[in-house]
Amino acid sequence: MSLHTLSLAQLAKGLRAKEFSSLELTRMLLARIEASQPKLNAFVTVTREQALAAAAAADRQLAEGSAGPLTGLPMVHKDLFCTEGVRTSCGSRMLDNFVSPYDATVVAKLRAAGTVMLGKSNMDEFAMGSSNETSFYGPVRNPWNPDLVPGGSSGGSAAAVAARLTPVATATDTGGSIRQPAALCGVTGMKPTYGRVSRYGMVAFASSLDQGGVISTTAEDAALILRAMAGFDPNDSTSVDLPVPDYVATLDAPLSGLKIGLLKEFFDKGLDAENEKRIHEALAVCEKLGATLREVSLPNLPLSVPAYYVVAPAECSSNLARFDGVRYGYRCKEPRDLMDLYKRSRGEGFGAEVKRRIMTGTYVLSAGYYDAYYLKAQKVRQLISADFKRAFGEVDVLMGPTTPTPAFPIGAKTSDPITMYLNDIYTIGANLAGLPAISIPCGFAGGLPVGLQIVGPHFGEAKILNAAHRYQRETDWHTRVPEAYR
Amino acid sequence: MYDFALFSAVTSAHSRTFCNGNSMALTREQIENIAHLARLALAPAEIPVYQQSLSAIFEFVGELDRADTARVQPMAHPLEGLSQRLREDRVTETDHHERYQANAPQVAAGLYLVPKVIE
Repeated sequence: MSLHTLSLAQLAKGLRAKEFSSLELTRMLLARIEASQPKLNAFVTVTREQALAAAAAADRQLAEGSAGPLTGLPMVHKDLFCTEGVRTSCGSRMLDNFVSPYDATVVAKLRAAGTVMLGKSNMDEFAMGSSNETSFYGPVRNPWNPDLVPGGSSGGSAAAVAARLTPVATATDTGGSIRQPAALCGVTGMKPTYGRVSRYGMVAFASSLDQGGVISTTAEDAALILRAMAGFDPNDSTSVDLPVPDYVATLDAPLSGLKIGLLKEFFDKGLDAENEKRIHEALAVCEKLGATLREVSLPNLPLSVPAYYVVAPAECSSNLARFDGVRYGYRCKEPRDLMDLYKRSRGEGFGAEVKRRIMTGTYVLSAGYYDAYYLKAQKVRQLISADFKRAFGEVDVLMGPTTPTPAFPIGAKTSDPITMYLNDIYTIGANLAGLPAISIPCGFAGGLPVGLQIVGPHFGEAKILNAAHRYQRETDWHTRVPEAYR
Repeated sequence: MYDFALFSAVTSAHSRTFCNGNSMALTREQIENIAHLARLALAPAEIPVYQQSLSAIFEFVGELDRADTARVQPMAHPLEGLSQRLREDRVTETDHHERYQANAPQVAAGLYLVPKVIE
């Protein structure tokens, strides 16, 4: 087996056994990244020099015996995590010239753990998109077929892992931005419980929904990275002060007696028939492992997309008010006065979809509309959250599809924002309720990957990683690599 | 109108509203006002595009009216049992302004420069 197809856990063993060095591994992946860039455009920045220096330092630690479990392992950060001394563009012209003055907590923790950053992955602008087509740096292409989207907003992270340019990548999920691209690229994508992972230094989109997580090839690797990135952070006021369990230790627990809820609302006419078959096959594997299936209904779930498209833009319009052309970011040429400076810097610095969301949010928060839209959406959010709570009184985890269809062609949905928004129809519920969820590969439809979604109760990461890992021990879908990247 | 049965009820309700002429298509002036509130300069060609897409979005989210929320508390935070922490009132930050201002478009003597505000 070649080095690039090994999982993070396998690479960790190889580094320790001195089968290869971190420097060799890093050089090999940098070469793959550079060769793939014209085809996939998965990166905004490749940090070659820093990566080689970090790998050399890791090799010294490995030789001395002072290495931790992640020392010398390469990874990629989504380009909305601040990385000290390195540009953090957020996929936007607005931040094209922004060099992070400090590390995000997630980056600092993974750096301290000894990981080697290879670069920063491309993404939808400010994480607003489901196809990676809104990036200022151009779309990312799907490694399974370059005419198709990789999903979004963490499209660069998902494509990079799928093409085996990196074993793992950080990502963020506000309405499905980890799970949806993971599904469309045939990789594993883990969104933790809201508050589990620090948001400090992660450029904010919708603060009550945003959550950092990881894209990897296996659930085991997701557990390894999550264990290192999760935990309380005094710099994030919504960070939860609860101990981080050892997600790796519980991966192999048996699934006998696990009660799986099938979300009735997910198996509807909108679900592609081939996708649906793959999901039922995956559920049969879980049954074989001793789990039991039962249908559950979340009657308010169909309103999750409209609720999200009030709450998320409202929070976005507040968060993105900080981009004023004064303190950092893009500034227009020759402003006439201060108002002109604000308006043109923002009008020229933001792309079309970001402006659409800012205006949607501005409108729903404006005088006379607040109760009808924003307050109403927050009440519906409460109903959806209560639906999930009821379901978790009956079952341990929920399973269903991650997306209605496999990857779609670049350009197919750009003209109609609502059609694009409906890509996240199965993922948004977990964000509104703050629940952890994972997408894992469960087969192919028309030659394209299909994702199985597993949703858990608050802080139920260990259980969903356990279920995903046991499924991956029985199947090999997660080991499939697109032909051009084998 | 959209491919998703989950939303068939939602979208058909949209069509009904639309056909009855009750729809709230946004005017050019409304878009200009929203853009002003959001401090966004729009090119003339962008305005009709946003008129159309924002009108469609508000139609779409208008379906929230179908939910009976008469006795429901709004939910502002996904983990409502856990209240926001307070911290000790103690200085923890050191002065980083030089490092932060390295990203500013225009500074002089430690100050951010903007066009003249007072004549």
